[in-house]
Amino acid sequence: MSQRTDAPSSAPQLFSSRRRLHLSPRYSRVASLASTVVVLGLFVAATFFAPGGVQFRHFFFDPHQMWASLLGNNRGLASVGKGIWTNIWMFCLCEVLVLILGLLLAWVRITTSAILAPLRMLATVYTDVFRGIPILLVFIIVGFGLSELNIGWISQQNPPFYGCMAITITYTAYVAEVYRAGLHSVPNGQILAARSLGLSEATTMRRVILPQAIRTVIPPLLNDFISMQKDTALVSILGITEAVQSAQINAAQSFNDSGLVVAALLFLCMTIPLTRFTDGLIDRDRARRLVAAR
Amino acid sequence: MNVLTLDGVVKRFGSLEVLKGVSLTLDRHDVVCLIGASGSGKSTLLRCANLLESIGGGDIALFGQSLLDPRIDPDLVRRNIAMVFQSFNLFPHLNVVQNVMLGPVYALKRPAEEVRSEAMLLLERIGLRDRAEEYPDRLSGGQQQRVAIVRSLAMQPSLLLLDEVTSALDPTLVGEVLDLLRELAAEGTTMLLATHEMGFARDVATKVVFLDQGVIVEQGSPSHMFDTPTQAATQAFLARVRPN
Ligand SMILES: Nc1ncnc2c1ncn2[C@@H]1O[C@H](COP(=O)(O)OP(=O)(O)OP(=O)(O)O)[C@@H](O)[C@H]1O
Ligand SMILES: [Mg+2]
Repeated sequence: MSQRTDAPSSAPQLFSSRRRLHLSPRYSRVASLASTVVVLGLFVAATFFAPGGVQFRHFFFDPHQMWASLLGNNRGLASVGKGIWTNIWMFCLCEVLVLILGLLLAWVRITTSAILAPLRMLATVYTDVFRGIPILLVFIIVGFGLSELNIGWISQQNPPFYGCMAITITYTAYVAEVYRAGLHSVPNGQILAARSLGLSEATTMRRVILPQAIRTVIPPLLNDFISMQKDTALVSILGITEAVQSAQINAAQSFNDSGLVVAALLFLCMTIPLTRFTDGLIDRDRARRLVAAR
Repeated sequence: MNVLTLDGVVKRFGSLEVLKGVSLTLDRHDVVCLIGASGSGKSTLLRCANLLESIGGGDIALFGQSLLDPRIDPDLVRRNIAMVFQSFNLFPHLNVVQNVMLGPVYALKRPAEEVRSEAMLLLERIGLRDRAEEYPDRLSGGQQQRVAIVRSLAMQPSLLLLDEVTSALDPTLVGEVLDLLRELAAEGTTMLLATHEMGFARDVATKVVFLDQGVIVEQGSPSHMFDTPTQAATQAFLARVRPN
């Protein structure tokens, strides 16, 4: 033993110059509410006191125009409120399809079975291609190309069908990758333990791998679904009147963009509850399973 | 009849030959302890025995039936050979009793209520009945490993493989797991275990097997292996793990 570090002769400095605010839970709730009000207030004040504030409010936040745009009227204003239902049903349908097809695609990509080798290659090509092509092009190719091709049943569908098809095709590619990352995130020891209990590959997938993978993929999946909700607005290029298209019609009609703000608010009404809900789910699951580490 | 017979088992990972013709038999109620240095192939041998790894030569037989027969279903083999791992590998999304029930319910397709009451008895035995609804992350390492052992017992296997089940544990928790294994041995459970616990091997084993670089150098009764080993490699290994 050549050297020995001496213990410090005095107590170490533990007080930092950085002061921490110590608030009771109730006060911290009050504080967060107050800061929210201040920030929002500043934003609203900006629209009041800015030189162009009056025009800005008139063009984007005219209550009369907003209301008329939401409901539509018989003088040529489309109803944004009606249009959003198109976005909603398309989104709901596509979400279910994408959840199922994405999982199948991910499963094909991670299996090691020799019989599935050609399918595995196809799946790889599929994800590479459809993640790479802008979704607008997919809309055009599917929406106009398929009916042009004239190959029976698939060429005789209506625009909403092609819209959903284009969204599903593109998002399946994204979501499959999210699933794949999630499935790979389950430690190998879990698989060994399940298999050594005599569970088949399929049962291991269903009872051990998937339930754990789902927990890790929910936040990124949600991310993809939010952008999918927004991309339903793109079906307007196929001639479908959904919320954003309706708002644009109204803007052209009345030289006022308040309808677009209505559309924006309606989209927020769809996404925000969804994110709050899943965040709550995740927190509850973690609290139930894990030891708190704070 | 032999429960398990390994006959000249060879295992290669690429060009690396990890098992070089290993032969070993286990009778009913045998407790065989595999000892040997790190990297000697103990874990690989255990994984080969329940077909988690395919072998490159030799034969493995369970109750006299060769497991290399193409008609053999590996899932059925594994339902008869349970395995416990160094790192417990409990399922974190299931609570303790669900962990124990998973195999019997989904592999053996047995009715859940019946399995649950058996699982509760097993948990009672390890003193964790009141923690049945708890999730594994909230148990101590020793408790988790005992649950893992009980989880494999729930399959009522004819052979239990244990791979260094106390190596990941705090020294103060090793005892509770070894005590459970002692009980199982006393009841006549057939076990093949890789272990670094020489004291345990001496007390409990019916046979001790010394594995060195993929070869069984020497095997015999605990008193033979620990008191009068004949091979130089065995003597050197024991001198290293048991100084003085
Ligand atoms: N999947 C694998 N691919 C390549 N080499 C491997 C693989 N698994 C094990 N090995 C090698 O096989 C040899 C034996 O490993 P094994 O895990 O069986 O040793 P062990 O006796 O269990 O050691 P320990 O006491 O440290 O657990 C080692 O050299 C290891 O690197
Ligand atoms: Mg090992």
